[in-house]
Amino acid sequence: MELFLQQLLQGFKFGSIYALIALGYTMVYGVLRLINFAHGDVFMLGAMLSIFFARWTGWGTRPSWLALAGILALAMAACALIGALIERLAYRPLRNASRLSLLITAIGVSLFIENAGQLPGVFGATPRAFPSLVETRPWITWGTLTISNVEALVIGVSLALTGALHFFVQRTRIGLAMRAVAFDFRTASLMGIHVNRVIGWTFMLGSALAGAAGVLYGLSYPAIDPLSGFLPGIKAFVAAVLGGIGSIPGAFVGGIIIGEAETLTAGYLSSTYKDAIAFLILIVVLLVKPSGLLGRKVVEKV
Amino acid sequence: MLSVENVSVHYGAIHALKGVSLQVHAGEIVALIGANGTGKSSLLRAISGLTPPSEGAIVFQGTHAIHRLPPHEIVGLGIAHVPEGRAIFANFTVEENLMAGAYLRHDRLEIAEDLEWIFGIFPRLKERRRQSAATLSGGEQQMLAISRALMGRPRLLLLDEPSLGLAPIIVQSIFKTIRQINAQGATILLVEQNAHMALHAAARGYVIQTGQIVMEGPSAELLASKRVRQFYLGET
Ligand SMILES: Nc1ncnc2c1ncn2[C@@H]1O[C@H](COP(=O)(O)OP(=O)(O)OP(=O)(O)O)[C@@H](O)[C@H]1O
Ligand SMILES: [Mg+2]
Repeated sequence: MELFLQQLLQGFKFGSIYALIALGYTMVYGVLRLINFAHGDVFMLGAMLSIFFARWTGWGTRPSWLALAGILALAMAACALIGALIERLAYRPLRNASRLSLLITAIGVSLFIENAGQLPGVFGATPRAFPSLVETRPWITWGTLTISNVEALVIGVSLALTGALHFFVQRTRIGLAMRAVAFDFRTASLMGIHVNRVIGWTFMLGSALAGAAGVLYGLSYPAIDPLSGFLPGIKAFVAAVLGGIGSIPGAFVGGIIIGEAETLTAGYLSSTYKDAIAFLILIVVLLVKPSGLLGRKVVEKV
Repeated sequence: MLSVENVSVHYGAIHALKGVSLQVHAGEIVALIGANGTGKSSLLRAISGLTPPSEGAIVFQGTHAIHRLPPHEIVGLGIAHVPEGRAIFANFTVEENLMAGAYLRHDRLEIAEDLEWIFGIFPRLKERRRQSAATLSGGEQQMLAISRALMGRPRLLLLDEPSLGLAPIIVQSIFKTIRQINAQGATILLVEQNAHMALHAAARGYVIQTGQIVMEGPSAELLASKRVRQFYLGET
């Protein structure tokens, strides 16, 4: 029983990280109807750049909550910039092109980041060690079940960021503009909304969340290489589809389910199947309920 | 206030507007009437920037040449376009739709006042303010689309077939509202197939045929003319 609970907790932790990445997929899909395949790589950059930020600031050698908060902020800002840059350089020129061209471009951006990152002068292909920004220690203990401070932090940060994003999108003026753009570019522009600018903000927000996810991931899997974004990216994409692509609460729920499913698979079946379970879930969702758990019926944009 | 000068619009090889000129003066309701596919919507889209003209100029308030500007900047100058088919945000509540119309404004208190003013004109919208806009009836959606445009406090309101698909009694009330908001200061360019209603609401009118203005003048004259009576009022 304790083992099971410990597994659930572990699954929830990884699920929260997938959820944070999934939010970016879902937001970008919302405004552009694009599966931004480069999103997993932005997540990787968040983790990778944090290694450098920690070195430059010296925060990597003196673990503290403040150091962690500082790295989190830097990673989010850097990824926001990268997201804006990708949108500006790769996607905006294709605003009136077909969705297929856009999709192929996204795959191209992803391949570019993954492969350029492996060049010796960039990050290199060998994994780099993620600094221990906080010392892991038990936080709460119930009998044999222990929640560590890092687990609590990962889950707490991702819940807080998801909540903040939901509030932002539902309650603020910019959130309203994002939802208007997601509905229809032309009608949004007739409200005085600068559509391209709002799309840029959407990429920045989604990428910042991926940056945060990168730091949280580094705390648990402290070896990062330029391909580290690939599998988490795909799993988060499945999470977004499972939750209902375009839906923010859906992305969170989907992330948690994927995290739990893979942890339980590894724990009770075999860790060989751990990475396959997400694909199995994707196939089932696409067959049974393509609109996802919390998704609205997909309305084609004209 | 608005001067459309020799404007042409092309869609690929289709020449939808062929050198259209038209004037709207401050405070007026001007009607643009014409049959299906004659270019009425194309003209409104050219003014609001959705379909930039291929030739000609559009000047707003004497100084702003707006025919090269993107739609969001044209809205910012005070031109609101209620498109054909309403295009309300179906994923929003009624109130969120209205707030979207006020997107460029920052005067919170006055926005709240305007919201009450709108609810005074359309009590139906007040009752349904927290309801999804998709659940509104056609007439209510048209009221919402007009109200959303008014929330931007436009100087000029472009209305594209507000009577489209509505029962006669609803059309009556929509036109009553159009006159009411005009009386409160809004200048209106009204596109209609319903020539009778439009010319009764407007002081002046233009008749468009295959992308060209073929008649213009005071509404009373147009209503009296044989051509308008035959082609647009269905008299024999
Ligand atoms: N996006 C477009 N692409 C190609 N042709 C178009 C497009 N929009 C309009 N047209 C053509 O331009 C002409 C004018 O269309 P427009 O919509 O302006 O007419 P309208 O007077 O508003 O008609 P209706 O009364 O039916 O709304 C039509 O022949 C139409 O088929
Ligand atoms: Mg039309």
